[in-house]
Amino acid sequence: MKQEFNVISQIIQNNKRVLDIGCGDGTLMQYLKSNQQNDVRGLEPQKNLVQKCIAKGLSVIEGDAEKELAQFPNKSFDYAVLSQTLQAFLTPEEVLKQLLRIGKQTIVSIPNFGYWKVRLHLLFKGTMPITKNLPNEWYNTPNLHMCTIQDFVNFCNKKNIKINRSLCLTNEKISEITNKNMFYKNMLSQLGIFLIQ
Amino acid sequence: MNCERLKKTAKKGFFAQFSWAFFLFDMNKETKNIKKLIIDQSLELDCGKTIKDFPLAYETYGTLNKSKTNAILVFHALSGDQFVTNINPITKKKGWWTTAVGPGKAIDTDKFFVICVNVLGGCMGSIGPKEINPETNELFATTFPVITIKDMVKAQIYLLEHLGINKLLSVTGGSMGGMQVLQFASLYPDKTYSAIPIACSASHSAQNIAFNELGRQAIMADPNWNKGNYFKTNLSPDKGLAVARMAAHITYLSDKGLQEKFGRKLQVKGNLKFSFDADFQIESYLRHQGSVFVDRFDANSYLYITRAMDYFDLTKQFNGNLANAFKKTKTKFCVISFSSDWLYPTKENKEIVIALNASGANVSFVEINSDKGHDSFLLDIPEFLKTLGEFINSNYKEFNNETRI
Repeated sequence: MKQEFNVISQIIQNNKRVLDIGCGDGTLMQYLKSNQQNDVRGLEPQKNLVQKCIAKGLSVIEGDAEKELAQFPNKSFDYAVLSQTLQAFLTPEEVLKQLLRIGKQTIVSIPNFGYWKVRLHLLFKGTMPITKNLPNEWYNTPNLHMCTIQDFVNFCNKKNIKINRSLCLTNEKISEITNKNMFYKNMLSQLGIFLIQ
Repeated sequence: MNCERLKKTAKKGFFAQFSWAFFLFDMNKETKNIKKLIIDQSLELDCGKTIKDFPLAYETYGTLNKSKTNAILVFHALSGDQFVTNINPITKKKGWWTTAVGPGKAIDTDKFFVICVNVLGGCMGSIGPKEINPETNELFATTFPVITIKDMVKAQIYLLEHLGINKLLSVTGGSMGGMQVLQFASLYPDKTYSAIPIACSASHSAQNIAFNELGRQAIMADPNWNKGNYFKTNLSPDKGLAVARMAAHITYLSDKGLQEKFGRKLQVKGNLKFSFDADFQIESYLRHQGSVFVDRFDANSYLYITRAMDYFDLTKQFNGNLANAFKKTKTKFCVISFSSDWLYPTKENKEIVIALNASGANVSFVEINSDKGHDSFLLDIPEFLKTLGEFINSNYKEFNNETRI
C-alpha cells in the first residue's frame, strides 16, 4: 500500500464509518476494513474498478462524485476521504462542500503544484510539469484545478473550513505542516494531506 | 400446449362435454411431477381476500449445507418459472437462467443451494388462474384474486420455513424478480444476508404500466379469451397472448441490438413480396417468439402477473420515502443495471441505490455495459456474471464467518 494510504489510515480511528470517494481498486478500503474494523463504503466512476472492489467484498457504488454525493445524508460518515482527486473535478469547491456535509471530518490529499521540481520544470523548461505525481501531458491530464499546499490552506481559511491536521509527504517521508514551516513545506512536499471539518 | 392438444382431440358437439374433465386430467398429468408444497395456512392478500391450503410449486438445485448458510432464493420474472437451470421438465427446453445458475456458474450449484418458486398467479403448478378452486371445483380463471408482488413474496416464506432455512445467503432476480428481491429485503431484513436486485425498479413506471396494458388488451381483445373462461370452450386466446408477447419482447431488446442482429435483412433473399407475410427477419423472429410463448404460458396468468407488476410501488408502501423501506437493514445489497435497458433504465435502478444510501444500508452498484437491452440479465454477459458470482462468493465467506461466531 502506498505511503499516502498509510498516513490516511493512521488518521482514521478504528470502528468508524468511512466513505472513500474515488476509491479505485479498493486498496485503502480493504486495509481499513480488515485492519481497523472500519465500516467502509466507496464511490468510483470506473466500472472495471467498481467490479474489482465488489469482487473483494467491498461495498462500492459506480458513480461520479460531482453528481452522486447529494444522496448521502448529512454527517452519515465519520470520515469522507478524497485522495488526489480534488483537482480533477469540474467544480472542486462544490465537491468539497458535499464532503464536509457528509463526513463529520474529511480527509483530502492533493498533489502539491508548489513542489520545487514542478516550479523548476516550468521555470527552466518552460513546459507544463510532468512528475511522478503528475504523469500526464497538459492535453490529456485529468487535472483541471491544480493547486499548491499554500493555496489549499488559503482556501480553507477563506471558507472558514477548520483544518484539524495538515501533513505532507516527500519521498515517503511524513511530516507535519505548521504555520512556521509552511513556506518550506510548500516547496519541498510532493503531497499534502489534510484533515478538515 | 393443453389447449392446442385439446383442439385436436376434442371435436365440437357431443365430445365437447367430456373435454372439461379431460382437460383437468391432462393438466394434472403435466404438472404431477413438479415439486409442490401445500401451504396449510391462510395468507391474507393485499386485495383483502384470503387463500388457504394452496399449492406452491418450486424447484431446488444443489445441496443445502449442514450450517444452512448456502441457500440462495432466486425469484423469476414475468414469463419465467421455477425451472431456473437444467432442462425444464415441462417445456423440455433449457431453464431460463442457465447462463447464471448451474455447476461452475456465477451461482454455482456445486456450492450453493438454489431455490426458486413459481409465483402466486403463475402457471407452473402454484396457485393461479389455471388451477382448480377447491371451493367450486372449477378453474379459478378470472375469479382468482388479484395478487401483488408482496403477496408473492409472503407466500415464499412458507417454503423457507418448510426447508428449515432461517436465513438465506442471498435473494436475487431480474426484472419482476428484482422487485421481489426489494420487497423481500424490505419485509424480512433478517432473513437474508445479501440481496441482488437486477434490472428492476422500486415502483413500476408509467411506461411499463402502458406496455403491460397493451399486452393485457391484446389478450382480452382475442375473442377466444371469453372473459377468461377459455378453458370451457377449448379455444385459447393464442393470438392475443402471442401479440402481447411480441410487444413485450420488443421492450426487452434495444434499438442497437435489433439493428445489429436483424437490420433490414429479409427472410427470403431477394425481393420484397408485396404482401403482409413476414418479409423481414425481425417480423418472423417476433412471430416465432409469440408462438413459442403460447405453448408454455397461460393467458390469464399473464394478466394477473402483469397486474402485480403494475401495482408494485415500494415507495408508496412507505409513504413516499423509499429509504424507510430499508431502515436499519443489515442486508448487503448489490444493485445491477444494464446500459441499454430502457424498460428498467439505470436511472430507476439508481433510485434504489440512493434510497439505500439514504437509509445507511450497505450497498454496491454497477451498471454493466451491454447493447442487449433488458434481456441482458438472462444472457451470457461475462462482466455481469463475474460481478454476480464474485459478490455472492465474497458474501458466502462473510456469512460463514458470521455464523461461526
